Amino acid sequence: MEPILKVQDVVKHFPIAVGGVLRRKFKTLKAVEGVSFSIDRGACFGLAGESGSGKTTISKLILLLEKITKGSILYEGKDISKFTDKDIKWYRTRVQTIFQDAASSLNPRMRIKKIVSEPLEVHLGKTLSKQEIEERAEEMIRLVGLPADKLANYPHELSGGQKQRVAIAKSIILHPSLVILDEPVSALDVSIRAQILNLLSEIQEKQELTYLIIAHDLAMLKHVTTKIGVMYMGNILELGETQKVFESPLHPYTKALFAAVPQPVPGRLKEIPALQGEIGNPMEPPSGCRFHPRCKFAVDKCRETRPILLEIRPDHRVACHKADGLSATM
Amino acid sequence: MDLMTKKRILSVEDLKTYFFTRAGVIKAVDGVSFTVDEGESLGIAGESGCGKSITCLSLVRLVPQPAGRIVSGKILFEGQDILTKKEEEMRQWRGKVIAMILQDPLTSLNPCFTIGNQVSEPFKLEKGNDQRKNIKQQAIDVLRSVKIPIPERRMNDYPFQFSGGMRQRVLAAIAIARNPRLLIADEPTTSLDVTIQDQFLRLLKDMQKQTNMGLVMITHDMGIVAETCDRVAIMYAGRIVESGTVQRVFLNPAHPYTEALMEALPKMESKSKTLFQIKGEPPNLLQLPAGCSFWPRCHKVIDICRIEYPPLFPVTNGGEASCWLLQKNKDK
Repeated sequence: MEPILKVQDVVKHFPIAVGGVLRRKFKTLKAVEGVSFSIDRGACFGLAGESGSGKTTISKLILLLEKITKGSILYEGKDISKFTDKDIKWYRTRVQTIFQDAASSLNPRMRIKKIVSEPLEVHLGKTLSKQEIEERAEEMIRLVGLPADKLANYPHELSGGQKQRVAIAKSIILHPSLVILDEPVSALDVSIRAQILNLLSEIQEKQELTYLIIAHDLAMLKHVTTKIGVMYMGNILELGETQKVFESPLHPYTKALFAAVPQPVPGRLKEIPALQGEIGNPMEPPSGCRFHPRCKFAVDKCRETRPILLEIRPDHRVACHKADGLSATM
Repeated sequence: MDLMTKKRILSVEDLKTYFFTRAGVIKAVDGVSFTVDEGESLGIAGESGCGKSITCLSLVRLVPQPAGRIVSGKILFEGQDILTKKEEEMRQWRGKVIAMILQDPLTSLNPCFTIGNQVSEPFKLEKGNDQRKNIKQQAIDVLRSVKIPIPERRMNDYPFQFSGGMRQRVLAAIAIARNPRLLIADEPTTSLDVTIQDQFLRLLKDMQKQTNMGLVMITHDMGIVAETCDRVAIMYAGRIVESGTVQRVFLNPAHPYTEALMEALPKMESKSKTLFQIKGEPPNLLQLPAGCSFWPRCHKVIDICRIEYPPLFPVTNGGEASCWLLQKNKDK
């Protein structure tokens, strides 16, 4: 089966002005450096990584909010960078997003009814009657578990969890095929997080959606995703089936990242020492493997050449020169 | 460690901090009691709006005025009641005996002053410490102790030149500069990445081991509590609903809220697909339900829960919890 979304060797560089007004020079910030992955229909793909790893830039590229520097993104086999205005309008009915901070992504001056039905008015306003639009908005608000009378409220009258539900309703009212979720629950309280995560997986099943979830919360990603990519400084270091990646991570960075997550298990001994140092400067990234200055297994080869993603075992790829040796010592 | 040699440094008794607003009285902290010993870390955990931050602001008497007021209770710090101190005395205490690390390292540092300047400030306050050279050396030393590389050179940098993790370490340096007896850390790592968070928490534990200070760690992350604290108090709607050693509370939670919180967390080890979910949302503090504040969301609610707020009952393996179910167990 053809994947719904295929990202091929995508590169994104941002020019950054340095120096004074008259002596302006440009440096390039390498946000994404040759990332490839594909998402199958109905899957839930996760992108994990620390801040500055380029995961949000990728979502912006997919949403056509930024231009790709190099490489291509194919949606159902069609190159999205070659879309005409008409194609783009169609594409935006197919691919929707739910932003990180639901509270600020809802217009405070609109009633919930208007917020939820606006996508319909924009895209299908000519073909649907007012009443039909209203009916659909009501149907959506019930689907996300809110009483229909909330449609008359303004966003400030809702709690954080309810706002997130409205944001979900607004994104799926056009019945998109792909939904991009950027940190869908990180702004919510623990007791509300579980509600929203359960709701998302329920809706995915009912509406036959494909999800791309971007998050730094690894435990959450493990719980909801089927496939996962771990990013570091614009590169995917490890890519594979979620279960395999979590059960036996191959890349030293993935291992360190998993070990660093605090676990609600008292007395858990930390076998793996803390990762030293911090993420590098994306304007002057380290040579070779981007992770080598923090890696305790680094050898000369790591400083010279950048490793590529290699399939170590079925559905599990890793970009590390020493992956073979490391997995043997596990 | 021998229990007998531990000195109690903080004991809070029935603390009540209310906010008087036009809409009504908000009981942000409503009768909270806990203690902290020397070298011990206490975690205060709960969701947003449960009163954990206001509890801590009360400890240093920095509750937002004029709406907020400490209505009653006692805060005994090494035997002395903080609430009866004069404001001038309190100023001397803050930073010297009780220090605080706040959530957001960028807004806590002044962007217009160099790091050196800001780290030197606590040393300048020290009486009889007026030699500039001396102060500079002390600042460099304390920056080194929080593992800032080449501190001599970084002294003249401004906060924007530091990364998030380094800024938080600078704040930790300022907090421990005068060897406080108690350190309050209010969500110290929420703005940090996991690997940096891990580094910072280890640093915090190391600092505590060296100085034997008490630590109050406020967080909503149960993982952080489990890994860094000795004891934990779970707060809900302004009250402590359960407290005890981390071991006991995490392995045998007695209060249904604690139990549900543990179940609702996606865990790295867990297998099941749907998460256990707590129904409803945290209550509005202006319209608390009658009886126990948690009963509308509780999956084990019994009749008495709707009528009367449960007192704290002792739990079998240590600690206490305020839930009527424990009384039933006791009577059996």
